[in-house]
Amino acid sequence: MTDTKKTTRQVNVTSKTSVSVLFAGDSGDGMQLTGTQFANTVAIHGTELNTFPNFPSEIRAPAGTIAGVSGFQLQFSSKPVYTPGARFDVMVAMNSAALKANLKNLHRGGIIIAGTEGFDEKNLKLAGYPEGANPLHDGSLDNYIVFPVPILQLTREALKESGLSSKEIDRCKNMFVLGLLYWLYTLPLEGTMETLYAKFQKNIWMAEANIKAMKAGYFFGDETELFANLGRFDIAPQKQHGIYRRVTGNEACAIALTAASKKAGLELFLGSYPITPATEILQTLAKKKKYGVKTYQAEDEIAGIVSSIGAAYGGALAATNTSGPGLALKTEALGLAVILEIPLVIINVQRGGPSTGLPTKPEQSDLFMALYGRHGEAPLPVIAACSPVDCFYTTYEAARIAVEHMTPVICLSDGYLALSSEPWKVESPDNLAEIKPRFQPARESGDAPYLPYKRDERQVRSWAIPGTRGLEHRIGGLEKQHETGNVSHDPENHELMTKLRAEKIARIADSIPLQSIDNGPLKGDLLVLGWGSTYGAIKTAVEQALEQGYSVAHAHLRYIYPFPKNLAEILGNYKQVVIPELNNGQLVHIIRDTFLIAPESLTKVQGVPFNEMEILTKITDLLKELQS
Amino acid sequence: MTDNDTTMKVLPVLTAKDFASDQEPKWCPGCGDHSVLQQLKQLLPELGVAPENIVFVSGIGCSSRLPYYLATYGVHGIHGRALPMATGLKIARPDLSVWVGTGDGDALSIGGNHFIHTLRRNPDLNVLLFNNEIYGLTKGQYSPTSKIGLRTVTSPSGVIDHPFNTAALTIGSGGTFFARAFDRDGKFLRSILHRAAMHRGTSLVEIYQNCPIFNNAAFEAYATPDNKADNTIYIEQDKPLVFGKGKNRGIMLDGFKPVVVDLDKEEFSTSDLWIHDERDINKASILARFADEESLPRPFGVFYAEERVTYEDALAAQIKDSQINGCWTLEELLKGENSYEIK
Repeated sequence: MTDTKKTTRQVNVTSKTSVSVLFAGDSGDGMQLTGTQFANTVAIHGTELNTFPNFPSEIRAPAGTIAGVSGFQLQFSSKPVYTPGARFDVMVAMNSAALKANLKNLHRGGIIIAGTEGFDEKNLKLAGYPEGANPLHDGSLDNYIVFPVPILQLTREALKESGLSSKEIDRCKNMFVLGLLYWLYTLPLEGTMETLYAKFQKNIWMAEANIKAMKAGYFFGDETELFANLGRFDIAPQKQHGIYRRVTGNEACAIALTAASKKAGLELFLGSYPITPATEILQTLAKKKKYGVKTYQAEDEIAGIVSSIGAAYGGALAATNTSGPGLALKTEALGLAVILEIPLVIINVQRGGPSTGLPTKPEQSDLFMALYGRHGEAPLPVIAACSPVDCFYTTYEAARIAVEHMTPVICLSDGYLALSSEPWKVESPDNLAEIKPRFQPARESGDAPYLPYKRDERQVRSWAIPGTRGLEHRIGGLEKQHETGNVSHDPENHELMTKLRAEKIARIADSIPLQSIDNGPLKGDLLVLGWGSTYGAIKTAVEQALEQGYSVAHAHLRYIYPFPKNLAEILGNYKQVVIPELNNGQLVHIIRDTFLIAPESLTKVQGVPFNEMEILTKITDLLKELQS
Repeated sequence: MTDNDTTMKVLPVLTAKDFASDQEPKWCPGCGDHSVLQQLKQLLPELGVAPENIVFVSGIGCSSRLPYYLATYGVHGIHGRALPMATGLKIARPDLSVWVGTGDGDALSIGGNHFIHTLRRNPDLNVLLFNNEIYGLTKGQYSPTSKIGLRTVTSPSGVIDHPFNTAALTIGSGGTFFARAFDRDGKFLRSILHRAAMHRGTSLVEIYQNCPIFNNAAFEAYATPDNKADNTIYIEQDKPLVFGKGKNRGIMLDGFKPVVVDLDKEEFSTSDLWIHDERDINKASILARFADEESLPRPFGVFYAEERVTYEDALAAQIKDSQINGCWTLEELLKGENSYEIK
C-alpha cells in the first residue's frame, strides 16, 4: 500500500501551543526508547517539555496483557509546562492492551495511532476484549480520530532487503512509529539518526536498518492519504537561547551530590543498595569516577547507610539513596548519625507502600517516616524536591545543610520525579551556594584538650576527622557527656543533650530562605499549600483558577523540617488553606499540629500523580463554599 | 612469612601508655577482653603508625567497648554493623589503619551478612573477633558459637542450634586471612595481632576469650598446663604439625583426612607429617574443620593468608583509570555529555 513515489504532497501544517503524547505498547515493544528519542528531539528543537515513563514492575510481564503495558508520556509546548499532561492528545497504541489500559486518559476527540497487528484475535483476547469485539471496528472509538496502521507489515516491507533476521526486523517497528510522529509534528530526523549511528558504531547495518524503518514511517505519513484531513502540526520552539540538558530527577540528584562534593572540596561517597525507583542515582554516580566519586553497592540497605556513616566519619561527603522499604531498614543507623552529629545525605525516592506496595508508582507517604521514623528523640532536617530539575537544587541544599550543620538530612523525592525529565538550563558553578565544612584543625601539645561535642552559637559541633594530629577521640551511639563526648548516663546530661540536638536542628531555620508565594496574591481567599512532586499539577491548576478570576495562591514547601520562619504568617494571610498530597493526609497533620489551624486536605493514593483537573475542582469547590 | 618477630619498627617516643585513653575499662574483673586490650596497647607502638592515623571501629557488645580504651580515633557503632562502617571508612580513607572490635554475636549473628560480604570484598581491615561463645552484655544468652547442649537463660534445656565454625565460615566466604589466638596466651596473641596488622586485606583474628561471668571455662580444655599440650596445636609456616607434652604427637594427612600419629613409635617420624602452608586453601579448610572433631587438637596460629587486591585499591585503580586525562571539573559536570544549544 506504500506509494513508492518520493514526492512530498502539500499537507496543511497547523500551529499548536501544546501537545501531550503517549507512546504505549507491550513492554517488549521499545516504547521507552521511542519516547526518549522523541523527547530528545523536541528538547533540542527548543520547546518546553516534561516526560513521564510508566512501566510495569515486572521486567517482561506476559506479552499482550494489560500487566505488560509500558508507556512513555510527554507534553511539549510553546509555553512552560509542569506536567506530562493530565490527559493526552495523541496515543500510539501498539496493541489492544495498550489501548485498553490508557483510553480513559485520552482527550475526547484525541488521536489514536493503532498498530493493527496488535489488534488481532490473539491480542484482543489477551487484552481481555470479549470474543468478536475489536475496538478498531466496532464503533466504540467513534469519539476519537483513529488511524489504524499496519506498523509491523510496513516495517517488514521496508526492511525486507536489510539482511536482518525477521526477529531483528520486527524489533525496528518502534522506529517506524517514531518516524511517523516526527512527520506529524514536523520534527527533524537527524538527532535520532546521530544517536543510532553512535549506538550501533560496531553494527552499522543495524543503525541503517533502524533509520530506514524510521524514514519509512516518516514517508508513510507523507505519502498516504490517511493523514490528509488531519494535516501536520507545529509546536513553535520557545526556549531562551542557551545551553540545555535534559535530566530526570534521579540524574539530577546524582549530579547535585557530585557538584556539592566539588564545591565543598570533599570526596563523594555513596553507600547504596539497588531499589526501585531510586537505583538510577547509584547507577549515575557509578559512572562519575572521573570526578573522583566513590560508589559502594553494599550487601543490604543497612550496610549502605552504615558504610556512608563510616565515610562521613572519615571526612567524605557521604550519601545514601533508597526508597521506602530501604528507609525503614536504615532507621536505626539514622539514629546513630543523629547522635554522632556527622553530615549525611539520605535521598528517599518514595513509592507506593506499605511493604513492597507499588514499587514503580509514586506516592508521598513516607513523610511521617522521614520526620518521625526513628527510635528516641532524633530530629533531623527534611526537605523535598518538587520537579526533576529541582531534584538538583534540593539535593544540593541537603548536602549544604548536612555539612554546615553536622547532621543527617533526608531529601525526599518520589517515583514520579525520579523518572520524569525536563530540560535544564545548564547551571554555572558560580551560582551554586558555597559549602564550608568546619574541620577542626590539628592540636599541638600544650593546646587545651579537644572537646568533640563543644558547640558553636548554632549548636553545631566541629568535624574532627581521623588523621588530624591531637584530636584522637572516641565517639559512638551511647549518650555522650556535653562537650567532652565521653560516655555518660547522667540523667540531667541526657536531657540537656536531647534538647541541644533538637535546638541545633530547629536553628537551621535561621539559615534557610523564607517561604515565598509561587503564584497568586499575597493575601486572599485560598492558599494551596503543596510539597514535593505535586508542584506541576498544583501550579497548572492555580494558574487556571487565577485566569478564571478566583482569589487563590500557591505556596510550595521545600523545607518541611524545620519550616521556614514565616510560614505561620503566610498561612494567616488566607481564609482557607488546602493541602493536596499523594498520601492519606500527612502534611495536613503536621500543619495542623504546628500552627493550630484546620486546613482542608485533598489526597490521592492511587500510585499516580494528581492531574490538574482534580486540584482545580477542589479549588473551585472550596471557594464556592467560602462564598456561600 | 613466619612471624615471631614483633619488634620491627619501634616509634621512639611512644609506649603502651601512650595508647591508653583516659577512660577506665568497664569490663568485669577476669574478663579476657582486658588481655586483648593489653596486647593491643603493647603492639600499637611497634607498628610505626601515628595514633591519629589509627581508627578502632566496633559494633555492640562487651568487646565493642574496645575503642573507648585506646587513645586513637574510635567510633562505637550499632549492633552488627561495625564491618560496613569500617569498610566505608577505609574506602573513603585508605591512608588510615582501620581496626574492628567485634564479638560472636555482633559479627556472626546480627552482623552475619556483613561478615561474609566484607570477607569476600577484602578491604584492608584488622578484625578482632572476640569469641566467648555467649552474649555477655545482655547477660548470658547463647550465641551462634555456643556449643550444642549449653544451658543458658534462653536455652534452659540446652542449645540445639548447630554452632558456626568461624574458620570455615571465613575461608568459605572468600576471606584472605584467618588466624586463631587465645586471650590467655598474651605473647602469642600479640604475634598474631602483628601478623594481622601486616596482612593487606581483611585479617580475621578469632580470639578465644573467656567470659568469667556467663560462660566461664568455655575454653578450659586449651587453658590449663595439664591439658593444653594435648588439646592444642600451634601451627607455624613450613613446620610440621607437632603437638603434645613431649612434642611427641603429630598430624599426618591420609588423603584429606587428618590423622594423629605417635612419634614415639618407630613407624612415624616428623618427615611423615603435614607441613603447614598458610597459602594452601585446601589445607586451611581441613585445619578449619579440626574444631568439629574431638580427637583432633585445636589449632592456633595463621590458618590461611592470601595476597589479593583490596577493595579500596581496586576502586582507586578504576578511579585513576577514568581520570587518565585529569580530574573533570564542576563546569563539565554541570554541562554533562548530552547538552545542546538553543540559539
